[in-house]
Amino acid sequence: MRDVAVIGIGETEFGELWDRSFRDIGIEAGLKAIQDAKIRSEDIDAVYIGNMSAGKFIDQEHVSALVADYAGLADMHLPTVRVEGGGACGAIALLQARLAIASGMHDIVVVGGAEKMTDVGDVQAAEILSSTADQEWESVFGATFAGLYAMMARRHMYEFGTTREQLAAVAVKNHKNGALNPEAQFQKEITIETVLQAPRVAEPLGVFDCAPLSDGAAAVVLCEMQKARKFNDTPIRIAGSGQASDFLALHDRRDLTTLDATVIAGKRAFHEARLQPKDVQVAEVHDNFTISEILAIEDLRFIEKGKGGPATAEGLTALNGKVSVNTSGGLKARGQPVGATGVAQAVEIVRQLRGEAGKRQVVGARHGLTHTLGGTGATAVVHLFERGD
Amino acid sequence: MKSGIVSYGGYIPRYRIRPKDIGTVWGADGEAMGRGLNIRAKSVPGPDEDVITISVEAARACMAKVDIDPTEIGAIYVGSESHPYAVKPTATIVAEAIGSAPVLTAADFEFACKAGTAAIQTTMGLTLSKMMKYGLAIGSDTSQGAPGDALEYSASAGGAALLIGVDRVAAEIAHTVSYTTDTPDFWRREGQRYPSHGGRFTGEPAYFKHVSACAQLLFKRAGTTAEDYDYAVFHQPNGKFPVRAAKQLGFKEAQIDTGLCVREIGNSYSGAIMVGLCAILDEAEAGDRIFAVGYGSGAGSDGFDLTVTDEITKLRRDATPTIKELIADQEFLDYATYAKYRGKILMREA
Repeated sequence: MRDVAVIGIGETEFGELWDRSFRDIGIEAGLKAIQDAKIRSEDIDAVYIGNMSAGKFIDQEHVSALVADYAGLADMHLPTVRVEGGGACGAIALLQARLAIASGMHDIVVVGGAEKMTDVGDVQAAEILSSTADQEWESVFGATFAGLYAMMARRHMYEFGTTREQLAAVAVKNHKNGALNPEAQFQKEITIETVLQAPRVAEPLGVFDCAPLSDGAAAVVLCEMQKARKFNDTPIRIAGSGQASDFLALHDRRDLTTLDATVIAGKRAFHEARLQPKDVQVAEVHDNFTISEILAIEDLRFIEKGKGGPATAEGLTALNGKVSVNTSGGLKARGQPVGATGVAQAVEIVRQLRGEAGKRQVVGARHGLTHTLGGTGATAVVHLFERGD
Repeated sequence: MKSGIVSYGGYIPRYRIRPKDIGTVWGADGEAMGRGLNIRAKSVPGPDEDVITISVEAARACMAKVDIDPTEIGAIYVGSESHPYAVKPTATIVAEAIGSAPVLTAADFEFACKAGTAAIQTTMGLTLSKMMKYGLAIGSDTSQGAPGDALEYSASAGGAALLIGVDRVAAEIAHTVSYTTDTPDFWRREGQRYPSHGGRFTGEPAYFKHVSACAQLLFKRAGTTAEDYDYAVFHQPNGKFPVRAAKQLGFKEAQIDTGLCVREIGNSYSGAIMVGLCAILDEAEAGDRIFAVGYGSGAGSDGFDLTVTDEITKLRRDATPTIKELIADQEFLDYATYAKYRGKILMREA
């Protein structure tokens, strides 16, 4: 396999972008990444797009060709690929693009992720998100996405004594990080009390335990490593990738407090990269709910199983803590345009490893990790990145 | 020559329901909902009340304050989104009830929550042009919120009538401006019982954009800033939006407090800003300046720069209950009685 590096990154602001369309944001992120990579459009061999549900959110399928077209690449007749995998689709697109370059088929691939979620109402958006759970065995019986994650949270509280305050600490930390990110949907710090007093969504999760509905897009330019150095002094190498799946429905899983897909995807990525969790300074993990981040830091072995709550409350995952988790603000504060998430996480890690993260820069960041979930954890993708210099 | 408000009158049904009691039925935290909306209760029309009776009450309260022959009213326009008839005007019934018929023009207006302020502007034009001596502009609603929907916590009932003319003007309208776009934030199609809305889309790109743009236009037109006004009143879909909009425009709490009736009676839609304006006129003194910006979904804002004149002292302001008194006269309902009053219980056919 050939080595692959990220040589360009781009993203839009995340939030309720009422007056911008899917096309607008997709193109903005893509063009920013291409400019950042200093490549010409003729250099691009393929375009991969992570998108969860444009068909339901904006009534538009076939968004791979659409994005290439509106980015002005139509007459290059590039192969374009749209990847769907619930919330993990952006991360899977990145993995597939990496493989396309590693195999020798392509040299330079643009990977985009985008979602336009606010063209539908809140209730409809929640229903669309729930469609990544098992429609026949979960959604039909009234399980909402928040409800399913709430069950994981309750079990975690029962097994390990995790408290609502510890869950809240995840949101507080991520809002604090988001306040340092000018592209974040929420750039305002919050307190534990705010989280605890917020209206309940699904006990023990309240409004502030949940990531918002967002519009946004992100893109990276991937390039074969040798060629990468021609474009960029600090190519960020993809050191390892792992993807795993699990039972689609939560009730079929071995354990409610461990996402096996995360554990296995993490092991695969670390194995390939020949790295250990302790080698990672900065990680973007899938915090669609506060409990998700606690599960993620445990399942990725940054923190011992069951100790994710106290570790967060003690600041071990805060900016420049033992491992800096979700420096962008995470899904919670930066926002969660589903298809964009996996790619936006990579954008943040690349920014951190380049040393360009400004006020939220992790000191001495050499290795970074992204972790992205689809559904309630039936898909997990982990990528490890390292400075290529 | 300036047109303005010659007299005014408001009406609020006396029944109330608390957000908590609505939430209980739907398994929601109604108290938190009420806190979030800054609404303590909402008014509920009684079983014999509708937009017609509310409009008539408001019109009568308006005419009771002043010695003007109702036949001098040349136009009656009733703005509402809950006219009892789809075809057959509310305005004609009001005209008959207050003795203005038959030599006048009348019509019903609809522009979500700003149909009443549109009626003010129309009657301003008709009186300024001398087509008639007085026009009656009414905003009134028994607004609909689907059971269990977020709207149910705020959708209330109430109305106000403003007699508009160019002589005996108690509050002169020196400037009026409007700001209108096609913004689908809230709608109800023909035949639908309850409206649909765009959730959070009703905030920033709808209410705030239009109210703020209209207010800025009005400041510019009048050559004023927030400090120049004694009172300010805005459309009040809840107790949060107008407070935030006012703050952004530079108004202080003391300026908006009097007209912010939504906290006690909920959102009376077409009635909302006009009832708030009446509450201000209940206590305003000659020379006071009032800044008013309404909002209607769909969407648009009408803004008014008003100055109270000496004529206000000649109005019999104590002839009818003040808005404050109407707000204080309250009888709380449980949800079952509320549901019955609102016709939500399916009855046996006669």
